Amino acid sequence: MHLSPDSIIFWQSGLFKLNATIALTWGLMLVLAAGSKLVTRKLSMGLQRSRWQNLLEIVVTAIERQIAEVGLREPRKYLGFLGSLFLFVAAASLFTIVPGYEPPTGSLSTTAALAICVFVAVPLYGIADRGLGGYLREYLKPTFIMLPFNIISELSRTLALAVRLFGNMMSGTMILAILLTITPFIFPIAMSALGLLTGMVQAYIFFILATVYIAAATRARSAAAEGKADSGRKAGRGTGPGQ
Amino acid sequence: MDSMTLIAIASIVASGLTIALGSIGPALGEGRAVATALSSLAQQPDAATTITRTLFVGLAMIESIAIYCFVVSMILIFANPFWNHVIAQAAGK
Repeated sequence: MHLSPDSIIFWQSGLFKLNATIALTWGLMLVLAAGSKLVTRKLSMGLQRSRWQNLLEIVVTAIERQIAEVGLREPRKYLGFLGSLFLFVAAASLFTIVPGYEPPTGSLSTTAALAICVFVAVPLYGIADRGLGGYLREYLKPTFIMLPFNIISELSRTLALAVRLFGNMMSGTMILAILLTITPFIFPIAMSALGLLTGMVQAYIFFILATVYIAAATRARSAAAEGKADSGRKAGRGTGPGQ
Repeated sequence: MDSMTLIAIASIVASGLTIALGSIGPALGEGRAVATALSSLAQQPDAATTITRTLFVGLAMIESIAIYCFVVSMILIFANPFWNHVIAQAAGK
């Protein structure tokens, strides 16, 4: 009984290992990329569209709406990164239906890599939006004494992202393996369904947390603040040249 | 008792205690979260989607604590470095 797909090694030479995690990750990337390419070959703008195009449109617009709801002002800018995060983690969990497959996110390497991507992306988007000085000044809020705590919180939430996803995926496969040795027939199927559900929830959690971190680093204004600004402008215009 | 037996006993006991004690807190927390969500759903049924979505996000965050304990417990049983070390030593002898 192994802890993660890392221990299934296909080929090894010195320091480089081709294990099941890498093979499955690349297989997933191939399926997602080739599938999307096939579906988007002939896009139709009218009401008559293929089922797959409809499905992809639903997924993309739902992700975009979620990003806008968190408070990011131009969802399209972040749609590529955040949407890929969600789709990769969700697909990694959904393909458990295929026999002989283990989610590559059940290995700490994969989840650590995804968490490091988020860790690098948050300052990148923050500096692109606020400028280097503005972004660094955020670390001194609310007082400059909080500087070490803000830095520690950056590191610890990255670690939490990695371990949360890894723990959820690994526990799903581990529980399944243990149950298969005890009660082989009905119960493992129920646990497998539960594993699918938690996989989708964890994909959503990863995506939403990455979105919230990016929103905290950029100038994401809440809808209430924008409403106040709008009403102030309208009141000012009331006493303009027309009156 | 030699060191190999000691390491085995410590790992097994620690692994069991970790997951046992580590599940108490998150379970209580999740119970309170769901109870509050249910009462706010009863008060404002038209905010159901927002409440449900926030509830699931909050539950996943609380669940992470139990997951951390589970990961430590699994590591103690299946990927224990101290146990691997003494096993390698015993095999080397």
